[in-house]
Amino acid sequence: MTVDLQAREIQPLRNTFSHVARYVGDDKPATRYQEATFGAQATSNFHYRPTWDPEYELFDASRSKVVLADWYVLKDPRQFYYGTWTMARARQQDAMESSYQFVESRDLINKMPDDLRDKVCQVIIPLRHVAWGGNMNNCMIAAYGYGTAFTAPASLHAMDELGVAQYITRLGLALDEPSGLDAGKEAWLKAPQWQALRHLVEDSFVVRDPFEIFVAQNLAIDGLLYPLIFGHFIDDHVALNGGTAVSMLSAFMVEWHEESNRWVDAVVKTAAAESEANKTLINEWTHAWSKRMHDALVPIAQMALGDKGASTLEDVFTQFQARCKKLGLSA
Amino acid sequence: MSNVFIAFQVNEESRPVVDAILADNPNATAVYSPGLVKIDAPNSLVIKRESIEEQLGQRYDLQQMQVNLVTLSGHIDEDDDQFTLSWNH
Repeated sequence: MTVDLQAREIQPLRNTFSHVARYVGDDKPATRYQEATFGAQATSNFHYRPTWDPEYELFDASRSKVVLADWYVLKDPRQFYYGTWTMARARQQDAMESSYQFVESRDLINKMPDDLRDKVCQVIIPLRHVAWGGNMNNCMIAAYGYGTAFTAPASLHAMDELGVAQYITRLGLALDEPSGLDAGKEAWLKAPQWQALRHLVEDSFVVRDPFEIFVAQNLAIDGLLYPLIFGHFIDDHVALNGGTAVSMLSAFMVEWHEESNRWVDAVVKTAAAESEANKTLINEWTHAWSKRMHDALVPIAQMALGDKGASTLEDVFTQFQARCKKLGLSA
Repeated sequence: MSNVFIAFQVNEESRPVVDAILADNPNATAVYSPGLVKIDAPNSLVIKRESIEEQLGQRYDLQQMQVNLVTLSGHIDEDDDQFTLSWNH
């Protein structure tokens, strides 16, 4: 008996789900990002309004003053969904682990001058509370925002912020005894230099508009903090004065900030371009929050960089304004 | 004139590569058969890192493409930014 084996090609009848095809067409297979994102937002049949907030539906675009005809326009240029995001972060985590191994095996921390190490602890450790604030605020966007394209990356961003808080904690433990973390918290709660920033972070917790908190946290707060601290302070000042180890151990923050800026920029730019009303709103928010963040950073820049603090902060602020201009804002 | 070609497994990882090749090489044609996509192009075919990154939205190392590469024909000229197939005769 002979068995005749034949290869037969079976063409799929449809290339993707119809709720995805509505956005991207059905002429070719949709990417995983598109399938994980488009059409995933629950939009109807909310039988009851939430008892804790009966003014709104469970998922309600009007929680934000920003108005978009379709919230799926806020696409993430990084095309992150759970799969690609975890793979990207796992790679970065591996790189950070090997940096830690390198620094620890060569005892590089103890080769830093003591006063520099104290300075880094003083400036960096309280920032874990700021990163935790970023986590809270992005959780808020994920919970109350509208449209999966906007909220899904926000929930990933919230975990990233928590990751940054953990990296700062770990850096604190590498630099100092565990009591250093308590000292950092004490400074965050009591030291006069930190109070303006703490006030700002705590005020951001009560903002109810998910898009406003996006602008405040991801554009204004992080957009000024990261270039100043991880750019100018760690990578320029500390690294040049014998603290390259610290620079290695905070590599994730720099890389992550640069990467996630592409998402933040795309969201702000798209929302502002949709209407004059959106643009005015986002402009106001950007102005108000970046001005406050700038003022809150004055004592911290002074503490970190001494006499050069003020001029460095002005440079950072000028670059921030140029970035906003590119996004179509007039900040 | 003779063709160069390159073939990949059909999956999520190779999709942005294929899309980038088709965007950069207007004369290239992709033929899909089960599990495999073969791209033919007259004379030469170029794969650019930048275009793949644009499709992907993330950084890409051209070496990553080897994981899904099945076969190719042509002389290879390769560096960090591009991978070119052509016939040098």
